[in-house]
Amino acid sequence: MDLLDVTLRVVAVLAAFLVLPLLVGQAEHKVMAHMQGRVGPMHAGGFHGWAQLVADGVKFAQKEDTVPTGADRRIFQLAPAVALVPYCVVLVAIPLGPGGLVGQVVDAGVFFVLAVLGIGILGQLMGGWASNNKYSMLGGMRTAAQLMAYELPLILAAASVVMAAGTLSLTGILDGFQWWWVPWQLVGAFVFFTAGIAELHRPPFDAPIAPEEIVFGAFTEYSGLRFALFLLAEYAGIVVISALTAVLFFGGWHGPLPDQLGWLWMLLKTAALCFLVIWARVAWPRLRADQIQKFAWTVLVPLALAQIALTGVVKVVIS
Amino acid sequence: MSFGSGLAKGLAVTFRAMTRRAVTQQYPENLPSLPPRTRGVIGLFEENCTVCMLCARECPDWCIYIDSHKETVPPAAPGGRERSRNVLDRFAIDFSLCMYCGICVEVCPFDALFWSPEFEYAETDIRELTHEREKLREWMWTVPEPPPLDAASVEAKELTAARRAAERTAAQESAPPVAPPGDGAADDAGEPR
Repeated sequence: MDLLDVTLRVVAVLAAFLVLPLLVGQAEHKVMAHMQGRVGPMHAGGFHGWAQLVADGVKFAQKEDTVPTGADRRIFQLAPAVALVPYCVVLVAIPLGPGGLVGQVVDAGVFFVLAVLGIGILGQLMGGWASNNKYSMLGGMRTAAQLMAYELPLILAAASVVMAAGTLSLTGILDGFQWWWVPWQLVGAFVFFTAGIAELHRPPFDAPIAPEEIVFGAFTEYSGLRFALFLLAEYAGIVVISALTAVLFFGGWHGPLPDQLGWLWMLLKTAALCFLVIWARVAWPRLRADQIQKFAWTVLVPLALAQIALTGVVKVVIS
Repeated sequence: MSFGSGLAKGLAVTFRAMTRRAVTQQYPENLPSLPPRTRGVIGLFEENCTVCMLCARECPDWCIYIDSHKETVPPAAPGGRERSRNVLDRFAIDFSLCMYCGICVEVCPFDALFWSPEFEYAETDIRELTHEREKLREWMWTVPEPPPLDAASVEAKELTAARRAAERTAAQESAPPVAPPGDGAADDAGEPR
C-alpha cells in the first residue's frame, strides 16, 4: 500500500510539474498577444496554436548544447538542474485539496517551502558565474542582490500568516482558515506575491535578465535544452508562487462549493494569480536595478513589518 | 497624476485591449480584400497599347521593355493611301526593378496599363520576376472595376462628350425639317460648344 501510494503521489506531482508550467506558458503567449491586439500562435497543433510550447520544446531539444571555452564546465552544466528541481520539490508540499490531497504533508511546510525556493535562485547565480561572460556575471550579481532584498519581505509576509494560524504546516494553515483572514492579511498577500514575482525575475522586476541591456543575464551563454530548462524553471516558479500565495493568503481549497471540489478552487485561484503575473508583464515597464532595491527596502519590508504588527495585535485581541 | 495612477492606467489599457478583437488578419487563410487601384501589380490591356513608348521612357528605373515593328495596312477606301501601324512584339516589366511609383499607369494616354491588387507573385529567382505580356494580360483580368465617382463630382470627360453627341443627334432627328426660327436656338441654350 505504501509503495503504491508514494508512487502515485510522486507521479501526480511530476505530472503537475510538467503540465502546469506549460499551461502558464501557453496562457502567457495568448494573453500577452491579445493584450497587445495580436492573436499569438495560431498554427502549431491546429487549434489556436495549442501545441506551440510542444513545438518549442522539440526545437530546443534539436539545438546544439554549447559550453563556452573558459566556462566552469561542470557548474555551467549543472546550473539549469539546480534552478529547476527545487520548484518540483516545492510542489510536493503544496496542498491541492482537503483530506490529504497533497504530495506529502510536511509539518514545517512554510519553512520547507521557503527554504527550497531559495535554492532555485542559486542555479541562476551558478550559471551567471560559471559562464565566464561579463553580462552573465552582471545578471548573476543582480540576481543575488535581488534575492537578498526580496527574501526578507517574502519570509516576513509568510511569517504573518504563520502567526495568524499558529502553525507552520501548510495544511494546518488551510485547516484553520477563516474568510476574514483575506482582508486581515491583504497587505501581507501583496508583499508576498510581489516579492515572489521579484524572486522569479518576472517583469517589472526583470533587471537581472533584461534582454535589452545585459542580453538575458545569466542565460546569455545557454542554448538548447539547458536554456529551455531555465525557461521551464521560470514558469514552474510562477505556478509555485501563485499556488503558495493562494494557499497562504486566499484560503487554497476553501470556497462556496463542497469540499470535494476543493482542488478546483485551488486551481482557479492559482490560475487567477498566474494571470496577474502575466498581466503585470504586459502592462508595466522594467524597473531599474536600483529602483528594485529601493522598492524592496523602503516599501515592502516596512509593509511586511506593519502586517506582522497588525497580525500580532489582532491575534492578541481575539484570543 | 496621482501616485500609482500610471500603473492602474497600464493595467486598464492592456485589459481593454484584451477584451477587444485582435486586428490581426490571418493572411494565408483569409485573403485581404484590397480596394481598387491598390498598387499590387501592373496589368496590360494590349489592345489599347499603341507602342508610343511613353511608359518605358517615363519609368524612373527603366524596368519596362517594349519591342515592336511596323506593319502596313492596306487603304481603307479604294484609291486611298496605305497606312502604317505599330505592332507590339514584346511588353515586359521587370518587377525586381519596379518601385511601384505608378508613373507608367498615369502617363499612358490610351489606358493600356492598370493597377491590379494582385500581390502573390513572388519567385525564387530574381530573373523570373521579369514578366512578359502574357502574364501582364492575365493580371489585367484581376483589375477591379473603378469605384463610382463622388455624387457631387464633375462628370467624366468621356461621358460628357458622349452625352453631347447623343443629344445632338437626337435633336437633329426629332427636329422637324423646317423649324421655326428660335426653337433650335432655345434647345442649345446654355450648352457652349
